Amino acid sequence: MATFSLNINGKDHQVELDPNTPILWVLRDHLNMLGTKYGCGIAQCGACTIHLDGIAMRSCILPVSAIKDKKITTIEGLSENGNHPVQQAWLEHDVPQCGYCQAGQIMSAAALLKDNPNPTDKEIDAAMNGNICRCGTYSRIKKAIKTASEIG
Amino acid sequence: MSIIKTAIGRRKFLKSSALAGGGMVLGFSWLASCQSLPEEEVLAMPKEWFEINSYLKIGDNGVISIFAPNPEFGQNVRTSMPMLVAEELDVDWKKVIVEQAPYHKEKFGRQFTGGSRGIMSRWEPLRMVGASARQMLREAAAQAWQVPIEEVSTEEGVLHHKNSGQSAHYGEMAAAAAKIPVPKEVQLKEVKDFKLIGTSRKNVDGKQIVTGKPMFGIDYQKEGMLIAMIEHPPAFGMTLKSINSDEIKTLPGIKDVFSIKSYKEDFDKAFFDTNAFPEIVAIVGNSTWEVLQAKKQLKVEWHPFEAYTEKVKNFRGTIDTKNVPAGLESSTQHNAIMNEWTNKKGTIARKDGNPEAAFKKAAKIIERTYSAPFLAHNCMEPMNAFAHVEGEKVHIAAPIQIPSFIVNTLATSLGVSEDNIQMEMTRMGGGFGRRAYGHYIVEAALISQKAKAPIKLIYTREDDMTNGIYRPTYQATYRAALDENNNLTAFHVKAGGIPESPLFADRFPAGAIDNYLAEEWSIDSNITIGAFRAPRSNFMAGAEQSFLDEVAEAIGQDAIDFRLELLDRAKQNPVGEKNDYDAERYAGVLQLVKEKSNWNQNQENKSRGVSAYFCHNTYAAHVLDMSIENGKPIVDKVCCAIDCGIVVNPDAARNMAEGAITDGIGNAFYGELTFKDGVPEKKNFDTYRMIRMSEAPQDIDVHFVQNEINPTGMGEPPFPPIFGAVANAMYKATGKRVYKQPFLGNEQVLG
Ligand code: FES
Ligand code: FES
Repeated sequence: MATFSLNINGKDHQVELDPNTPILWVLRDHLNMLGTKYGCGIAQCGACTIHLDGIAMRSCILPVSAIKDKKITTIEGLSENGNHPVQQAWLEHDVPQCGYCQAGQIMSAAALLKDNPNPTDKEIDAAMNGNICRCGTYSRIKKAIKTASEIG
Repeated sequence: MSIIKTAIGRRKFLKSSALAGGGMVLGFSWLASCQSLPEEEVLAMPKEWFEINSYLKIGDNGVISIFAPNPEFGQNVRTSMPMLVAEELDVDWKKVIVEQAPYHKEKFGRQFTGGSRGIMSRWEPLRMVGASARQMLREAAAQAWQVPIEEVSTEEGVLHHKNSGQSAHYGEMAAAAAKIPVPKEVQLKEVKDFKLIGTSRKNVDGKQIVTGKPMFGIDYQKEGMLIAMIEHPPAFGMTLKSINSDEIKTLPGIKDVFSIKSYKEDFDKAFFDTNAFPEIVAIVGNSTWEVLQAKKQLKVEWHPFEAYTEKVKNFRGTIDTKNVPAGLESSTQHNAIMNEWTNKKGTIARKDGNPEAAFKKAAKIIERTYSAPFLAHNCMEPMNAFAHVEGEKVHIAAPIQIPSFIVNTLATSLGVSEDNIQMEMTRMGGGFGRRAYGHYIVEAALISQKAKAPIKLIYTREDDMTNGIYRPTYQATYRAALDENNNLTAFHVKAGGIPESPLFADRFPAGAIDNYLAEEWSIDSNITIGAFRAPRSNFMAGAEQSFLDEVAEAIGQDAIDFRLELLDRAKQNPVGEKNDYDAERYAGVLQLVKEKSNWNQNQENKSRGVSAYFCHNTYAAHVLDMSIENGKPIVDKVCCAIDCGIVVNPDAARNMAEGAITDGIGNAFYGELTFKDGVPEKKNFDTYRMIRMSEAPQDIDVHFVQNEINPTGMGEPPFPPIFGAVANAMYKATGKRVYKQPFLGNEQVLG
C-alpha cells in the first residue's frame, strides 16, 4: 500500500493502494470514473485508452506508481461539455453500435489529431490499429476522424 | 388503414398502473436512468407525469417518455423502438426521452433481443401503444371541448379542433387521458403517412456514449458492493476437485473464496442454460485488482468428468437428450473425424426427384468440401453481472439479451420465488448471441447469496474467451451434377459439425433444382456451443455461395445471372413445397446489388465476388472488391443490397450492415479457436485475431430495396453472405479457391 496523488482531468486526487494497480482499475474502482473500459488487460484492445501528458496510453498495463506527476486525461475530461471535435464528429456520423469500445477509440483518435491534424488513411490505420471494435464500426470511425480533422 | 384490435392479452400493457387521477412525481434516480436525456431537457422536466400505459408517460409540459422494452447491444433498438411509438402517437421526436424498461413480463411483453426479431416482433404492438394513447388523448380533448372525437385531430403533440379553433398540447390533456378506458380497437397509420419511420434518427444514447457515461453492466455500482471473479476449469471435460481457499482468504482485500454450483441436482435445463462449467470457484474482494491478484494465486485441482446425458428443454417445449462425452478434445482430432464424413452418408433431411440417378448419368460432377472452426464471440465487454441477494429478495442488473430465459433458473438455483427477482437490463457491450446464455447472472446471484453482500461479478477476457458457448466447427460437402450441355441436373449438400449440424435443408437452392439431396450429421462434444450472429447460416452461406460460384464458372455463366436463373426457376415452377424463401425478393437483392455495383461494367481491373443469402427473414446480397497489396488482401469496397421490408431508421440500419460486413470479413479472414486436450488455445486478443482498422473495408455502400412490407431484422442477415463474397473475390484476386476458414489462418501471403 502506498499513497499517490494523481492529476486527472485537471483535478488532484489522492489514492492509497497497491503501487502495481493499473490506472484502469484506479479510475474504475477507486475514483468512480467508469468511462475508461476494460477489454483485455494486456494492451491488445485499446478499450482502456487514456492520455498521459497528451499521449495515448493503455491504462490496463500502466501501474499507478509509474504516473509520477504526469497529467492524466480520461474520456470524462476530454472536453467540458462533450464537444471535443472528435466527440462532435462521432455524433455527426453516429458511429457507435454497442458503444463499449468507443471511449477508447475516441481517446486514440483525439491523441492522433493532436499530433497530426490532417492524417492520411494510412496514418489513421496505424494510429487506430490497437483499438478493436467487435461491432465493426471502423469505416465510420475513419470518416469521423476526417470530419474531426476538419472541425479542428 | 389497418384497424387493430387491442386483444385482451395486449390490453394489459396498455392499461395505466398509476393510481387513478394522480400524476406521478419522479425522483432523481429515475432521471439518472434516462440515459437519453439531454441537459436542456432535464431543465425542461415536467413537474408531473401522467402514465398513459406501461410504455408511455406524458409530462404536464408535453414532454413524452417512452420505455424502450428490449435490451440494447448495438442494434439501436433503444432509438428505433420508441420511434414506432412516437410515429403513431404523433409527437415531435425532439420532445421524446427514452427510458430503459426493466424486466417485466406483463408490462413489456417479450423482452428479447436476438434472432433479429426485435423490430419485427414489436412492429405492431409498439405502434398500437402509440395509437391507443393518441386516441385516448383525442377522447380527452373531445370530452373537454364537448365535440365529437372524429373532429379532433393531432399534429406533433398538439390536439386541434378545427371548427372551434381550440387546441391543447398533449401535456394539457394527459391527466384526463390517463383516466380514459383503453380503446377496444385503434387505427394504425398507412405506410405513406409515416413521418418518423423511414427517416434517419440519431442514436438516443450517442452523447452518453461519446462522453463515457456509465451505462454498461460492468459500470454498475452500488453502495457496499464487492467485486467477484471466478475460476473455471482450464479445459473442457474437467470439473472441480479442490481449492486452497484458506491461503487465498488471507490475501489483501480478499473477503471470501468458495465454490458454487450453478444448478440444483436434477434441475431441468432449458435451451439457454448451456454451461460447460456448472461448478466453479468464486473469489470475492474489495477491488478488481486485488481479486485479480488473488485469482492468480489460486491453486485449484480439477479432474476429468465421466460422460453423462442431460435433458434440455428446447424451443418447442419438448425435451431433448444431450450426450456429453468425457475426454479432453483436440482440434486435430476433430478435423480428422470431420474429414471422415466427406465419404459417409448422413441422415437425409430432404430429397427431391432422383438425385442418385442424376449423379450417375452426369457428364461432370463437381464436389467440394468447406469447413470452418469454432469461434468465440468476444463481445468487447466481458461477461459480468451485478447481484444482490438479501434473503428472499433478489436484485440483478446485468447485460442480458433474453432476461425471461434466466429467471426460472435463477429462482430455482437460489431457492426463491420468481416474483422476488427484480432485474435491470443494462446496455450491453456486444451480445452476438453470447448474452442469451445468462449463466453468469446465476453465478453472480449465488456468489452474492453466499457472500451475503451486493457483488459485481466480472469475467477477465481470458475467462470470457475460454468459457465456451462457441460457434461450432462445421463442414459441408457439396456436389453438383452437370449434363453434357452444362445444365445443372442435380445438387447434393451434406453438412455437419461438432456438436451440431448447420444444415438448412429447405433453403435455396432447394426448390430450384429437380434432383436435390440434403443430408446432415453431427458429433457429440463436451465443448459447449451457442448462438453466434446468424447461427449456422454464418457458415452455410459462405460454403453454399462459394460452391455456386464455382458451379457457375464450370457452366460458363455469369455468377449473378446463374443465381438469378435458378431463382427464376424456383419462382416459376418450384420443386417441392417447403422452400424457405421468397424467390422474388431473393432475386430482388441480387438485381439491386448488380445495378448498384455496376457489376456488368467495370469488372476488368477488379477482383470481385458476389454472394447472397436469406436468413432471419431478411435478404442480403454483397459484391466485394478486393486487391492484393504486399501479399495481403485489401477489401476496397463492399456494395450491399438488403431487403428487410420497411426500414425504420435508415442510417442506423446502414450502420448495422456496415458492422456485419466488417465483422464477417474479420471472421472469414482470421476468426478461429482451436483446442488442445480440451484447452482453448487462444485466451486473449494477442493470439485471437480480430479484424482491425487497417483491415476493414475502405468503403461500404449499403442500399435497401424500397417496399411496404412489414420490417424484418438487420442484426444478422448481412453477416452470413459476406463470407461467400470474400471467398469468391479471393479466387478472382489470386486464382485459387479457398475452402477452409479462416482464409488467412496462418497469415499466409497471397500471390
Ligand atoms: S483493456 Fe487495455 S488494451 Fe485492452
Ligand atoms: S461499438 Fe461495439 S465494440 Fe465497438
